[in-house]
Amino acid sequence: MELLNIKELLVAFSMYKKGFRKYELEVIHQLSLNVNSGEIVAVVGSSGSGKSILAEAVLGLLPKNSHMHGEITYKGQKVDKKSIRKYMGTDIAYIPQSIDHLDPIMKVGKQVMGVHGSKERQRKLFKQYGLPEDTEKKYPFQCSGGMARRVLVTSALMGKPDLIIADEPTPGLDLKMALEALKDFRELADAGTGILLITHDIDLALGVADRIAVFYAGSVLEVAPVEDFVKHKDRLRHPYSQALINALPQNNFEPIRGTQPYAGDLFSGCLFAPRCHMRDDKCACDVPMMDVRGGKVRCVHAADG
Amino acid sequence: MFKKKSLVSEIIRLVILLFAVSVLAFVLITSAPIDPLTSYIGTESTLSPEARQEIANYWGLNDPLPQRFFTWLGHLFHGDLGQSITYKRPVAAIIGERFTMSIILMIVSWVLSGIIGFILGMFCGKHENSVFDRIIKTIFLGLKSAPTYWLGLIILTVFAVLLGWFPIGMAAPIGKAATDVTLGDRIYHLILPAFTLTIVSMGDVILYTRQKYIDIARSDYVLYARTRGETDGQITRRHILRNIALPAITLQFASFSELFGGMALAENVFSYPGIGTATTAAALNADVPLLLGISLVSAVFVFSGNLIANILYGVFDPRIREGKAHA
Repeated sequence: MELLNIKELLVAFSMYKKGFRKYELEVIHQLSLNVNSGEIVAVVGSSGSGKSILAEAVLGLLPKNSHMHGEITYKGQKVDKKSIRKYMGTDIAYIPQSIDHLDPIMKVGKQVMGVHGSKERQRKLFKQYGLPEDTEKKYPFQCSGGMARRVLVTSALMGKPDLIIADEPTPGLDLKMALEALKDFRELADAGTGILLITHDIDLALGVADRIAVFYAGSVLEVAPVEDFVKHKDRLRHPYSQALINALPQNNFEPIRGTQPYAGDLFSGCLFAPRCHMRDDKCACDVPMMDVRGGKVRCVHAADG
Repeated sequence: MFKKKSLVSEIIRLVILLFAVSVLAFVLITSAPIDPLTSYIGTESTLSPEARQEIANYWGLNDPLPQRFFTWLGHLFHGDLGQSITYKRPVAAIIGERFTMSIILMIVSWVLSGIIGFILGMFCGKHENSVFDRIIKTIFLGLKSAPTYWLGLIILTVFAVLLGWFPIGMAAPIGKAATDVTLGDRIYHLILPAFTLTIVSMGDVILYTRQKYIDIARSDYVLYARTRGETDGQITRRHILRNIALPAITLQFASFSELFGGMALAENVFSYPGIGTATTAAALNADVPLLLGISLVSAVFVFSGNLIANILYGVFDPRIREGKAHA
C-alpha cells in the first residue's frame, strides 16, 4: 500500500540580501518520491544538499519564512502543515539525528512515552531493545550513544507507526551500532512499516534499503531498486547515479569534475547538465520524471542507452 | 547536592568579601571631603576649638587610618557596630529598622517583577514581532537605559503631583503619631516606590524570558516534540515553561544586586525611610560606622542572592545535579 506520496515538491525560503532586497532561495524543487508500506526508501545525497529540509517539509516543521508548493499525500489523503499533525506521533514517526532532540531536563522514560504512549508499552519496548530498566529514570545527557539511538527508536515505535521518517540516524555511531540500527529498520520494514531513510552514507543505504532515491541539488534525479546500484550498474538511468556509484571506493573510486550548484544560483533544465558527459541542447529544457526500466528518472537521455 | 566542603568554601569567600567591602567603604568615606565632626555639631556651632579637639580625640579621628579601621574591626568582633553620628543611635538598631522597611519594598517589587515579567516575556515570545511584543520590547529597552531616579521622578510627578493619587513620599502620613499609623497607610505609601522598583527590575525578566522562549520554540527538542504529536499547549507546558522558568528563577536571585541598587535610588526619590536613604545620609555626613554597617549588610544580602542562585542551578538543572552525583 502506498503510504507517502510527494509530487513535484518545491520548498523556498524568503531571504534578505544586503539591504532589504528580498529574494527566494529554492532549496527543494521538482521533487517526487513515494514510500510504500513494508519498504525502506533511502534518500541519499551529499551533506548540506537539503535532504533534511525534505523531512521537515513532510512533517510540517518548516520555519515561518518558508513556503512550499506541490502535493503530499498520506494514505491517499492530501496533507498539509496542519492536517499532518493528527498523524504525528501515532501513524507517522520521526527519528531525529541525535539525542539533542530530547528535552534536556525531562527524564527519558517520560519523553519516550510522549503524550500518546503508555508506561507498559514503554517498558516493553525498552526490554525489546535491550535498554536497562533504569534508563527511564535517566536524563538524556546520561545516555551513551548506543542507548540514545535505541531511546529514539523506541520513542518512534511508541505509537505503532505505519511510516517512519529517519533523518541521518547513523552519524556519530560506530560501524557496529550503525549496522545494528539498520538491522532494526530492516526488521520494522519486514513487519510492514514504511521507512523513509535520509542519509549521506551510501554504503549503509545500499545495505538496507529496497529503493534508493538519488538526491542532487534539491531534487531527486533517480529512484531505482537497490539491485540496480549494487549488481547492475549499467541499468542505472541517470548519469549522476552512475557517477556516484563509480566514485565509491569498492568500485572504481572515480571522481567527476565540478560541484553541485548552490541553491541560490540554479538554472533551468537539468541541474546536472554542466557536469554531464551526455549533455546536449535537450538538457536545457524542462525535464519531466519518467518511468524507465522499473525505476523513475529525470533525464532526457535515460531511455537512449 | 550541596556538600560540606562547598559550604565551608562559601563561608570563606563571604568573609573575604566582607573584609574587602569594608576596607573599600572605609577608604572611600574617609577620603571624602566631609568632616564628620562638623556634620555632627553643625556649622553654626559655638564650640571652642579645644572642645572640638577633645571630641575628635575621643572619637579617634586623629588616629592614623589603619588604626581607626582596626578599632572598628575589633568592636565588630564583639558584635558592636558602633554609634551612628547621623542618627545618634546604635548602628545595629538603625539598620534593623531601616532594613525591615527596605526588605518589604524589595520583596514586593521582586515578586511582582518576577511574576509579571515572566508572564509578559512568555507572551511576547509566543507572539514574537506582534504589535504588543514590539511595544513592550521598546518600552522596556528604553527603561533599561533610563536611570532609576529619573523614572522615579517621572512617576512621582505624574501620580503624586499631577494626579495626586498617591503621597509624594515617606512611609507614613506626615504629622501622624507612629502608633496611629495603620497598615493601610503603610501600603498606600509603599505603592509608588514599589511600582518604580518593579518597573525597573521587570525589564530584564521580560527580555530574558522573551528571548529564551523564542530560542526554545525553535529548538530541536520542541520540533521533535511536535513530531511526536504534542499540541502547542502540551509543548508549552511540558517543555517551554520548565526550560524557561528554572533559569529565570535563578536569574531572579542573581539580580539581588540590581534590586538593591534600584531600591536605594527609588527610596531617595520617594524619601522612603529605608536602607537606601540611610546610606545617602551616612555618606553625606561622613558617618563611618553607619556606612560600614550598611556596606556589610548589603554585601551579605547580595552574596546570599548569588549563593541561592548558585545552589538553585544545581537543584533545577539535572545536568549539574546528577552530573555531580555521578562524578
